[in-house]
Amino acid sequence: MEWIAALGRFALDILRSLGHHAAFFWELLRTLPVSLRRPSFAVAQVHALGNLSLLVILSSGLAVGFVLALQTYYALATYGAADSVGLVVNLSLVRELGPVVTALLFAGRAGTSLTAEIGLMKAGEQLSAMELMAVDPKSRVLAPRFVGGVVAMPILALLFSAIGILGAYVVAVLLIGLDPGNFWSIMESGVDVRRDLGNGIIKSIVFGVICSFVAVYQGFEAKATPEGVARATTRTVVISSLTVLAMDFVLTALMFSAR
Amino acid sequence: MSKRGTEILVGLFVLLGIAALVFLALRAANLSSFNGADTYTLTAKFDNIGGLKVRSPVRSAGVVVGRVTSIALDPKSYQGVAKLDIEKSVQFPTDSSARILTSGLLGDQYIGLEAGGDEKMFAPGDTIKSTQSAVVLESLISQFLFNKAADAGGPSAPAAANAPPAPSGAKK
Repeated sequence: MEWIAALGRFALDILRSLGHHAAFFWELLRTLPVSLRRPSFAVAQVHALGNLSLLVILSSGLAVGFVLALQTYYALATYGAADSVGLVVNLSLVRELGPVVTALLFAGRAGTSLTAEIGLMKAGEQLSAMELMAVDPKSRVLAPRFVGGVVAMPILALLFSAIGILGAYVVAVLLIGLDPGNFWSIMESGVDVRRDLGNGIIKSIVFGVICSFVAVYQGFEAKATPEGVARATTRTVVISSLTVLAMDFVLTALMFSAR
Repeated sequence: MSKRGTEILVGLFVLLGIAALVFLALRAANLSSFNGADTYTLTAKFDNIGGLKVRSPVRSAGVVVGRVTSIALDPKSYQGVAKLDIEKSVQFPTDSSARILTSGLLGDQYIGLEAGGDEKMFAPGDTIKSTQSAVVLESLISQFLFNKAADAGGPSAPAAANAPPAPSGAKK
């Protein structure tokens, strides 16, 4: 009957881990006002997480826009609805692909760098040294990085969607030869600012919180060895991606349910 | 990287994000069109509102002059009651009519307002009296079939009544 005990231990471990996550999140939120007294740290983190991710986000957005335009054109042309390519690409990007793909890329690029940085700080005993000096590492190191991630994500998602639409314009109008007036006017009349764009922004903020929190938590709780840091880095990517995709389903079901 | 340099770059990053938001909201969504700043409300009752939805456009001569803000059922008269928000810059005479039309063959439905000739204009909160309901496809089809059946059976019925003992003449 060993396996029953093992099952019980497994379930209790999950519960304990959830509780630890929640306590950590609460600690992080509690230290936010203190940490924002020195906004230069958060600004530096927005630079590290946002500006330095621009290249990968913009190039991915452009590529996704190209491919979306091509695929939807081939699908819509059979029904004579080729002029709606702009509308379909816009809705796909602004509602879903913008927030989700940006979150996945963010987790891969910025999340891993956050986890590695914090994990190495822990391995080099910098965090313990800070505690000895009565500097709370959560407010000095973790909170600015968390804030930087939450601020950078929505901006990156918007840039992803915008450049995706421009990429779709290049393919649909300049390459395939659709009418530019129709491209923009059908798109404009079919996309609702509050429902589509607004919900997309809400999603990207939620995903920003998820990715930043998971990255910061995994870094802080990493085992203080090189192997521990490496494992924490991969865990960040996996957990962020899975959580983002699950939350995407929940949010989409809440926001875009049939009226 | 110096602190000032970092701050400038972050400022540029945020500015880029705001530009993307403005682009998406204005050029790629329906924000720039009718935004409902100065409007007045009119009510219209229909026997059948068909596929009309909240936020459907209200057009006059094809130009969007307003939006449908709410659709409800009147529990006493069992009619559909639609509230319309019309731009303040457009006033309609009190004998204007509202019809539910379809854009294209199978497109979205909207309310078409046809201006009447009265000198008095609608006041905010008035009810449009002359309305025409949406065309329901099933009723059209059944009406068409009924007409067809009536056409086929009609001419032979009076002939059979006039000359029942002459079977050869009544055959069609």
